[in-house]
Amino acid sequence: MYSYDYLWLIPFFPLLGAIINGFLGKKIKSEKVIGGLGTLAIAGSFAVSCFYFFQLLNDPQKVHQQVIGSWMSVGRLQVDWGFLLDPLSALMILIVSGVGSLIHLYSIGYMHGEEGFYRFFSYLNLFCFSMLMLVLGNNALVMFIGWEGVGLCSYLLIGYYFHKKSAGDAAKKAFVVNRVGDFGFLLGLFLLFWTLGSDHGVWTLNFVEIAANAHLLGAGSAVVTIVTLCFFIGATGKSAQIPLYTWLPDAMEGPTPVSALIHAATMVTAGVYMIGRMNVLFFMAPSTMMVVAIVGAATALFAATIGLAQNDIKRVLAYSTVSQLGYMFLAMGVGAFTAGIFHLMTHAFFKACLFLGSGSVIHAMHHGLHHAHSHDDPQDMRNMGGLRKKMPITYITFLVSAIAIAGIPGFSAFFSKDEILWFAFASPQGSPWLWAVGACAAGLTAFYMFRLVHMTFHGAQRTAAKARDHIHESPLVITIPLMVLGLLAVVGGYVGIPHVIGNALGHIPNYLDNFLHPVFGATQAQAHGAASTEVSLMVVSVALAVIGILLASWMYLWQPELPGKFVANFKGAYRTIHNKWYVDEIYDAMFINPTKRLGTFLWKGFDVQVIDGIVNGTGKVINAFSKGLRFTQSGFVHNYAMTMVVGMVVIVAFFLFR
Amino acid sequence: MENLAQIAMQDVNFGAIMPSLVLVCFGMALLLVTVFSPRGKTTHVAYLSILALVVTGIVSLATWTPAGSLVGNWQEGFGGSVRLDNFATFFNIVFLIAAGLTILMSDDYLKREEYPIGEYYPLILFTTAGAMWMASGTDLMTIFLGLEVLSISLYVLAGFFRRQERSNEAGLKYFLLGAFSTGFLLYGIALIYGVTGTTKVALIGEILANNPSLLTNTMTLAGMGLMSIGFLFKIAAAPFHMWTPDVYQGAPTPITAFMSAGPKAAAFAAFLRVFVIGLAGLQDQWTSLLWILAVLTMIVGNVVAIYQTNLKRMLAYSSIAHAGYALVGMVAANAIGLSGILFYMLAYTFMNLGAFAILVLAGKKGEDNLTLDGFAGFGFKRPFLGVAMSIFLLSLMGIPPTAGFTAKFYIFAGAVEAGYIWLAIIGVLNSAVSLYYYLRVMVYMYFRDPAEDYGWVKMHAGAVLSIVVAIIGVFYLGIIPGAVMEFAKLAIF
Amino acid sequence: MLDTYLPILVLISIAVAFAIGSVVFSRLIGQKKPSAVKLAPYECGMPLIGSARERVSVKFYLVAVTFIVFDIEVAFLYPWAVVFKQLGWYGAGAMGFFIFVLVIGLIYEWKKGALEWE
Repeated sequence: MYSYDYLWLIPFFPLLGAIINGFLGKKIKSEKVIGGLGTLAIAGSFAVSCFYFFQLLNDPQKVHQQVIGSWMSVGRLQVDWGFLLDPLSALMILIVSGVGSLIHLYSIGYMHGEEGFYRFFSYLNLFCFSMLMLVLGNNALVMFIGWEGVGLCSYLLIGYYFHKKSAGDAAKKAFVVNRVGDFGFLLGLFLLFWTLGSDHGVWTLNFVEIAANAHLLGAGSAVVTIVTLCFFIGATGKSAQIPLYTWLPDAMEGPTPVSALIHAATMVTAGVYMIGRMNVLFFMAPSTMMVVAIVGAATALFAATIGLAQNDIKRVLAYSTVSQLGYMFLAMGVGAFTAGIFHLMTHAFFKACLFLGSGSVIHAMHHGLHHAHSHDDPQDMRNMGGLRKKMPITYITFLVSAIAIAGIPGFSAFFSKDEILWFAFASPQGSPWLWAVGACAAGLTAFYMFRLVHMTFHGAQRTAAKARDHIHESPLVITIPLMVLGLLAVVGGYVGIPHVIGNALGHIPNYLDNFLHPVFGATQAQAHGAASTEVSLMVVSVALAVIGILLASWMYLWQPELPGKFVANFKGAYRTIHNKWYVDEIYDAMFINPTKRLGTFLWKGFDVQVIDGIVNGTGKVINAFSKGLRFTQSGFVHNYAMTMVVGMVVIVAFFLFR
Repeated sequence: MENLAQIAMQDVNFGAIMPSLVLVCFGMALLLVTVFSPRGKTTHVAYLSILALVVTGIVSLATWTPAGSLVGNWQEGFGGSVRLDNFATFFNIVFLIAAGLTILMSDDYLKREEYPIGEYYPLILFTTAGAMWMASGTDLMTIFLGLEVLSISLYVLAGFFRRQERSNEAGLKYFLLGAFSTGFLLYGIALIYGVTGTTKVALIGEILANNPSLLTNTMTLAGMGLMSIGFLFKIAAAPFHMWTPDVYQGAPTPITAFMSAGPKAAAFAAFLRVFVIGLAGLQDQWTSLLWILAVLTMIVGNVVAIYQTNLKRMLAYSSIAHAGYALVGMVAANAIGLSGILFYMLAYTFMNLGAFAILVLAGKKGEDNLTLDGFAGFGFKRPFLGVAMSIFLLSLMGIPPTAGFTAKFYIFAGAVEAGYIWLAIIGVLNSAVSLYYYLRVMVYMYFRDPAEDYGWVKMHAGAVLSIVVAIIGVFYLGIIPGAVMEFAKLAIF
Repeated sequence: MLDTYLPILVLISIAVAFAIGSVVFSRLIGQKKPSAVKLAPYECGMPLIGSARERVSVKFYLVAVTFIVFDIEVAFLYPWAVVFKQLGWYGAGAMGFFIFVLVIGLIYEWKKGALEWE
């Protein structure tokens, strides 16, 4: 028998850190103490997570719940503060707290000297708390608390440089777009709770009970489809999928560690996790699954095209994140839940590494440009180039991660991405079209990633001459997380070696598949196809990736004048992609401006005239009433006694004569 | 005659009054400690009285059993005139918390106001003991006795600042009107005794149930009406609320805080026991009365509070309004509503005492600084107190995730479940009105330029501790109310 | 049922009538020749100094309250003494506690100086 009594410690540590730094940070002042405290808090939950993870590995029983206390119990609504530890959440807490710890450590160096250092760490801890609640909650309401909590922290951290208008706008945009998604999530939750309760007598929000009773709804029924679609809308908001992805690239206004932690490794994957958590429901709704797969594939391709033509280093990575999230949704949509979660994990490693690497570069550029009194943009890749020599560690880790994301065999994303592509092709819900879109996106990914690597680290130095000499490698607190994440980006994939390769190498099992089997075993789609097909598809996608890399090298390394010519010849196409297909402008025209106009009308026409009239009128009446009543309070005891007597007479008369 | 001793000994069960017995013994001992201490030294008395409360708390909790609800098993004593059931224990804990927080915030306050008089603490202990008898009394006479012990100590405490006119006025007004209302209560008890021939609450219920003709008897109805007045006065329900603002404003601030929580809860306890158990047969009658009074009380409290500029007085009116909300639970008279009242009393104890603790700290000597203007910019000059005050005000408004929200939620959920939808709607509307005057305090604290530097606000350990405890309570009940609500439910059913 | 109270009602009416009657009749019949000496509260003895409606020192009330406490003690002690034997040690213990509580009050009072006039 294993005990899981201290699960609550996992979210508790970061909460404690957030409270201490939030309330006392101003007094503590010392950056070392604040940063150390914040890092220690999340490292503590990482330690506990590791302990429980390995305990769960050995434990024959794979699903554990710990209820701390009843949250509310009103009639049929019984909600607990409870945690659920199963292989899925165990993996998630490991990723969140592990990557979180590294990014906290990194932030000590990166945020050095920033105003409101304590505020940053407090928010970051609070984010980790919310995220851990999200993945650990044993019922949908606790998950929703985490869901809203990460949204709030994301808002606070995007707007961290709140004196910059663009940061404030980006924060607002992220918040509003997320609200649209949250609305869908809540709607789905209510519908599920109500239908399960009133039609089938199961009033519950508990995941385990939902999974056990989901069959009551009937596979393929309209209710299940609508519920899962609502959940999916929630997921598109949080995980930046079409059509709600526009906030994520803007969210890059936040400090880079935030981009790495929240907008690459953890929060944006919450939607994927949620679908994984609700896999039983999604399994029962094939139509929703199809929508998920198509949206995922479309997002993967669409975002990858935009990534081709961005010059801001972080924006390229942002679109890459949107595109990779698309892959995960594609996997979920074709029923390859394990593959989706697998890609979530490897993506957390290599994308965090890429973002932190870009942060290291930006940090160095900023430093150099600052010395040179230059006003060039430190995030614009056109100002970089040739940084390889200056920042060797950053370069190597970045290169390794770029190779990983491109899907070169032996590196982590190769395994996860190819598993997704294979399922997209061969699972019952898959189709060759989905595979083709995914493979194209893989080729594009390889291209834009190596465009990024070349523009940043290779070729001629384009940085202003005076600034060049001041660019140097970042300190150890920054490079250590890079090295760890770089290593993970290489080896992280070996826990999930596809069967076809595993068999060829001599019966190496797919550890991740086996580990997640208790959660996804019943719902996981089975791929049908010959091993030879799988291998040949693999070869094709790797070939596409290699072509992408070679093309990028040719255009940006060997023939640097080519991109200019290309742009000149295909002006329209380039401008469209560079401007992100004008989606923001379309949204502006379609939703935002009409809403604003409606708002203005409601404000000037309806609000001022009607509502204000009613409100002010009510206020006046109440005020007058209050004034009148006040004068009954004369202060004389005999008046009070008289009132009491009158009251007595009325009450007794009321009883006697009613 | 020979068996007199045996009978007496069998019926007397000291276990049934153990918590109050411990408290009273401590009180008497502390009186002696006070009188043998040098003049002006009171801090040790405060500590000892905290110790007394802790010991009493342990004794009280030791008697808790899941089966000991209002209608379940219990410890009975004194020929069935006292009963220590979970209902009593829950209220005992509320009283102890109220008394504890009051004592914590009092010591430095008394020194600041230059009344370092040790009797203050034993008097609070006696008040608490009286409250306990009201909560555990199952005989109308015991309840009356408890009420008197409670009231007399409170009269003294309300007029404790004897060189201050306002305090004197408060004590005297409270005494005169309190005695007046007690008269009604006694008259009601007499009439009920006349009808049923007993003062035992449970027996009254039985007799009324067995003799339906008594239910329409004039004397029964008049007795019920008169008794209700005694209790309604103590819980400050309209139209018997007139004393509240004057007394609350004049009394020393910690005592005001205590009065708004402890004695009010005690009155609710006795009110509930007598009406729900004793006069169960007349439920239709008293719910229809309380429906009207609850609405009236909420409206009067909230509406008049809008015009107050003195925070103490504003909180007095707000306490009237809160009594109205709690009455809603009594109108519902179902499991959620009744246990909701218990929950409400606990929640209200935390949030209101917390708010008063801040008034205690923020006032200058002579309580000179309790107007709204006096709080301009307070939130920036005194960030901790500002945030704490905001938390308590939000809780009083009933904003999640605070205790005030869950408490109101249970009460209104009870009303809806019992079919009093309109009552719940009126309650919620009243909460909306209350936002106005609570938020105004926050507006003054954060959106006005500070007129003063609040240099005189000294952060005393005791008061800060009481604020911290209250904050923890507010959030505990707001975020994890399930456990306490379970207790409250076990107290009723 | 109420007719059993009739004699009492008669008695009350007679008493009231007598009281009012004697006052009214003496007013009506008696001669009135007031003088300063006659209107004085005491027609003989000490001459009057000042008004009778003076505030009494609060110390009198303290003594009065003390008296009431012991008065009640006695009121309880008498019936207890009557059944002293039957109640036995239990009764003695209970009464002992009761007196102990009063003694605490007495000690308090004493220490506070309530028993000293000045």
